[in-house]
Amino acid sequence: MTHRGSRVLHVGSLSRVEGEGALRLRVHDGEVTEAHLNIYEPPRFFEALLRGRAHTEPPDITARVCGICPVAYQMSACAAVEDACGIDIPPEIRALRRLLYCGEWIESQTLHVYLLHAPDFLGCDGAIDLARTRRRDVERGLRLKQTGNALLELLGGRAIHPVNVRLGGFHRTPAPRELRPLAEQLRRALDDAWDTVRWVAGFDFPDATVDADFLALAAPGTYAIESGTPTVLRTDGTLTAFPVHDFPLRVREEQVRHSTALHSRLDGRRHLTGCLARFAISGRWLSRTAVEAAREAGLGDPYDGVVCSNPYRSLLVRAVEVVYAVDEALRIIETYEPPSRPYVEVPPVARTGHGATEAPRGLLYHRYALDADGTVTDALLVPPTAQNQGAIEDDLRRTASRALAAGDPTDAELTDLCERTIRNHDPCISCATHFLDLTVIRTTGGPDA
Amino acid sequence: MSASATRTTPSLAVFKLASCDGCQLTLLDCEDELLGLAGEVEIAHFLEASSAVRPGPYDVALVEGSVTTAGDAARVRRIRAESRHLVTIGACATAGGIQALRNLADVQEFARVVYARPDYLDTLATSTPVSAHVDVDFELRGCPIDRGQLLEVLSAYLAGRKPDIPNHSVCFACKRRGAVCVTVAHGTPCLGPVTHAGCGAICPAYGRGCFGCFGPSGSANPRALLPLLRRDGLDERAVERLLHTFNAPAFDTFAEERS
Ligand code: SF4
Ligand code: SF4
Repeated sequence: MTHRGSRVLHVGSLSRVEGEGALRLRVHDGEVTEAHLNIYEPPRFFEALLRGRAHTEPPDITARVCGICPVAYQMSACAAVEDACGIDIPPEIRALRRLLYCGEWIESQTLHVYLLHAPDFLGCDGAIDLARTRRRDVERGLRLKQTGNALLELLGGRAIHPVNVRLGGFHRTPAPRELRPLAEQLRRALDDAWDTVRWVAGFDFPDATVDADFLALAAPGTYAIESGTPTVLRTDGTLTAFPVHDFPLRVREEQVRHSTALHSRLDGRRHLTGCLARFAISGRWLSRTAVEAAREAGLGDPYDGVVCSNPYRSLLVRAVEVVYAVDEALRIIETYEPPSRPYVEVPPVARTGHGATEAPRGLLYHRYALDADGTVTDALLVPPTAQNQGAIEDDLRRTASRALAAGDPTDAELTDLCERTIRNHDPCISCATHFLDLTVIRTTGGPDA
Repeated sequence: MSASATRTTPSLAVFKLASCDGCQLTLLDCEDELLGLAGEVEIAHFLEASSAVRPGPYDVALVEGSVTTAGDAARVRRIRAESRHLVTIGACATAGGIQALRNLADVQEFARVVYARPDYLDTLATSTPVSAHVDVDFELRGCPIDRGQLLEVLSAYLAGRKPDIPNHSVCFACKRRGAVCVTVAHGTPCLGPVTHAGCGAICPAYGRGCFGCFGPSGSANPRALLPLLRRDGLDERAVERLLHTFNAPAFDTFAEERS
């Protein structure tokens, strides 16, 4: 009974997550007394350094919060500043933004599926290791990811920190003929995306349930990506929506006394944003192809409003979302009409604006206050991981407690289990912008000292 | 070098300090080359890609991110001691990155804006490049770095030669690409003449002026560009913002050296 008495488990640096974090688990008499996801990314002060910049700058600057989902930052920033300035974006430009965002979804979700998450189910250290035994699978993943990048490169100029996005639209919009070769590549990618769903559907998924409300944007008629209304699905099944400008009132970060963890709560309750939330709230708006993929993956019928709350199966949901993003990109290209101008002017207004979009990892909220000449006087960024932190820790606590109750796991087994639990939630720790107070209470000495 | 030493697979390590992960992601974005590269080197430490971590020494270490905590300053010294070649990747590691904007401000004030309990923070008043702390063998520029340049640097070090990364400006790349000069044709303010080449002149090709994400080139003078930027409509504050974004300290040093 080695787990009797106290032990502390410390994983100094988590692998296969974006950004840097550590985990601390304290077990006392077989009970988990503390489960901390410790985010030790050094603070970068984005919200402070945005003050005094021009209102045209947040899209380029906030992209640098995260190299994995720069488009999400660019899109939420544009949405928030355009909201402040009271500008409506023409539908042709909105379609192109959605197309660019599809590229990021394909690239980033595929990265998570193949390089970060699948290795957990196949008992290997990473995709490069995996390629030794399953080279064709890994090659398929890289090909799919490359298609997402090709889309980003064409529309954005480059895949990481695209340069072509600007307030009001784009610097340059493509001619329909430029998109044609991309459509061919996407048609091939659709096969790869389907094969991905079939591949991961064959994995072994442990039973588990997250116990948190879901928060995602909803845009009835379409699967919300670049716009929508924040919508909450409570654990009791009730569904409510609230306007995006209420976000800071509804989602609050609370500092827990004597704890390293800041907990973001939605109406005082723990919540989760990301693909599980999107699928539960907007599943019925997936394309026909993606709905079929979901059924084939064993997720049930999205038209019936199925809810998947098994965090392990988020891998399946992500794979289905890749099918959707490829399918949706093709649809946009097929109906593409170039806008008459690549962008609309966005003259500044002294006002505060709010914007939220669905980053691959979940809802990303921005708020900017502008003065009359367009200078940013205040900025607030609330990334998905900051919101999910509490739910992830809760999941860790529950998973570890169950493992302890069921048997006598060694430290190595517990560590492995906890790391998997964290990766299930696809946390992107780079996006730690202002919830970093967590680093603080870490003990003295370097992070991986 | 003994025969056995030449036969061992060279090891590669990737480390991260304060950054956005974009530069190390560039390595994973080398989809066509990734598996080939993995066959030639031992990826000994790359947390974003693998749970398998082997202790040093490493033949080549790529370091992303700037130094912003005392802990990271110590870490970068350890990394240096364990690495035969240390290459910085990106504007953060090479010039301090966007987070170096704090160097021009009051970090306490910055902390108060962002954090409920700024007194808890473990941070330095500055964000500095890796070269301010240890010797660096090569600095790869860009926010983010360019895939092609990264592959060149890696193959150079694996083959035991110097990387062939030209030091000229974005203007050269524009000419090579056949992009219309946005300054001449449209009067768009552009940092291309003073910015290090590497991106392939993406911004001018997309009809926008270069904003200097690769930092200063070795062959130009930012001060000489100022009148042009003013002519193209930028006031003092706008010029300052343009130079002070992703490579602020590098452009400052450069301007001083040339003045
Ligand atoms: S240089 Fe730019 S892309 Fe690279 S890590 Fe820093 S912020 Fe990210
Ligand atoms: S043109 Fe300038 S700002 Fe644009 S990507 Fe190249 S170096 Fe960066």
